[in-house]
Amino acid sequence: MSTEKKHIVVHDVTLRDGMHPLRHQMTLEQMTSVATGLDRAGIPLLQVTHGEGLGGGSVNYGFGRHTDEEYLSAVLPLMKHAKVSALLLPGIGTVDHLKMAYDVGVRSIYIATHCTEADVAQEHITEARKLGMDTVGFLMMSHMNSVEGLVSQAKLMEGYGANCIYMTDSAGHMLPAQVTEKIHALRAALRPETELGFHGHNNLSMGVANSVAAVEAGVNRVDTSCAGLGAGAGNTQTEVFVTVCALMGIETGVDMFAIQDVAEDLVRPMKKTPQKIGRDALTLGYAGVYGSFLGFAWRASEKYGVPAREILLEMGRRGMVGGQEDMIEGTAYRLAKERGVLKTGTDA
Amino acid sequence: MNKIKCAIIGPGNIGTDLLYKLRRSKVLEPVWMVGVVAASEGLARAREFGLKTTADGVDGMLPHVIEDGVQIAFDATSAAAHKANSDKLTALGVMMIDLTPAAIGPYCVPPINLQQHTSQQEMNVNMVTCGGQATVPVVAAISRVQKVAYGEIVATVSSRSAGPGTRLNIDEFTVTTARAVERVGGAQKGKAIIILNPAKPPLMMRDTVYCLTAEAPDQKAITESIQKMVAEVQQYVPGYRIVQGPIFDGNRVSVYIEVEGLGDFLPKYSGNLDIMTSAATRTAENFAERILDGTLKLKVA
Repeated sequence: MSTEKKHIVVHDVTLRDGMHPLRHQMTLEQMTSVATGLDRAGIPLLQVTHGEGLGGGSVNYGFGRHTDEEYLSAVLPLMKHAKVSALLLPGIGTVDHLKMAYDVGVRSIYIATHCTEADVAQEHITEARKLGMDTVGFLMMSHMNSVEGLVSQAKLMEGYGANCIYMTDSAGHMLPAQVTEKIHALRAALRPETELGFHGHNNLSMGVANSVAAVEAGVNRVDTSCAGLGAGAGNTQTEVFVTVCALMGIETGVDMFAIQDVAEDLVRPMKKTPQKIGRDALTLGYAGVYGSFLGFAWRASEKYGVPAREILLEMGRRGMVGGQEDMIEGTAYRLAKERGVLKTGTDA
Repeated sequence: MNKIKCAIIGPGNIGTDLLYKLRRSKVLEPVWMVGVVAASEGLARAREFGLKTTADGVDGMLPHVIEDGVQIAFDATSAAAHKANSDKLTALGVMMIDLTPAAIGPYCVPPINLQQHTSQQEMNVNMVTCGGQATVPVVAAISRVQKVAYGEIVATVSSRSAGPGTRLNIDEFTVTTARAVERVGGAQKGKAIIILNPAKPPLMMRDTVYCLTAEAPDQKAITESIQKMVAEVQQYVPGYRIVQGPIFDGNRVSVYIEVEGLGDFLPKYSGNLDIMTSAATRTAENFAERILDGTLKLKVA
């Protein structure tokens, strides 16, 4: 497929996925200044929510510095052109959270499930469509389902009323050939008017390459984050993707230099530690493990004296899916006990 | 010894697993299985076990309730169907155990408030959710020692043991469980999360309980209270166990639980379904014992 003069919606998730490395502690000032910068740079759609979606504030995932409602209410009135989306994971967030987001002015909702569990989103997708929202079905950990399996899950979401379906590489595990194959299959199976999106992570340094492959295979929305701020080794970087699109003649409507400045001047200074593809992030990508487990594995490693890499590999072996952060401490404890390295004071 | 006669409404997985448990009971005798599909496998299985069956819903059983002496009915259908079922049966003096999310009656988590419900002669009690049955006892075990400002539970169940009803109304699970963490568990604020995991072979039900105590936790008293509570749950769910914890971290108390089912009709990994049918059986047995010893008389509601 030719990419000449193709138009792509860059959906910036700095203010949602970027909450993970900051442990959901972004200030309202950081949020509004980045959102304003994104709006000025021409980003058409940006996401603002707790890293784990609406209602994600919890002991399990970490409480936000502010509630979703506070963040959204601070950002929405400042937007001149950009639309604001929110993320919702059924099982964590509810229809009540969806209605709250709608009431404060959100008109685009991303409803996320594990790539084999689309039917838990029926209630939420149906409700969002009833409200007339831009309704996106977001299939997380897409590497864990076959081509046919992913297609059938996507069709469920489309059937409930989603007008856009995402293939989400939550573990940053996919390679361009797999992206191409699955997007082609989704494009062929879904209605022509249904949009397709791709959400990539950089654990194998494939964020931009996978996003380009996805665009070439037929997606028209791509999730990106400034300076890659996000779970694991981070997301497809907005400023890099926009620059690559400019070179490829793909229309994004985003000002290349302005978005580079947002990434460099506003987002990069927010990072507590430089985000890189270290051995633990690389393990997420290699073993296909949910990206936001990384910080939890580091802290459990510190507490129990087991390398984070081994905790993550074990989480992968046991087939843990997004949201199972509560299993990390137990896994670390068990590994420490088996190896006789359990630190004193942590026994229970 | 006399047994109290029971009816099961809903011959699906839950209803059939209940049937297996009731057949083992010393005080309960299943006599009716009620469905709505004549060709249902569950109805056929119930007939093999000698139960009367109907495919005409509760209405098909109503004319026989009195002559067959049915005193307790389990509703394993849906929230939408429950109210009508309950109204028809309680009018005939049949006590209802509600395994749907309808929750017309008070929540029942056996080790915490079953005795209270029996004493108050409740005619309809609700079994909350699987996650509620697995976690609320632990929240209550902590809150009976000291004030719990916040209780949060994470239930992980195998995708294969989450039926279409749960999937279609997943908010009902999170909202109802959170409410039970507050009302029955005694937390000032409750939150519930459910995760479905498709791993093969299917994983055992796992539940994590996090409580934030208002003051520094009394570690010794909390640990003892939880152990006592777990032993009580184990009386009716032998595969209920603490994998790890309580772990104390500041005011945070974390307890990690695993629930292995008995493997009656449902596979052992479906601890989530088993703890519901086991808790419902336990509840019915308590009512039945009181009816049999004459200290409880069911009234027409």
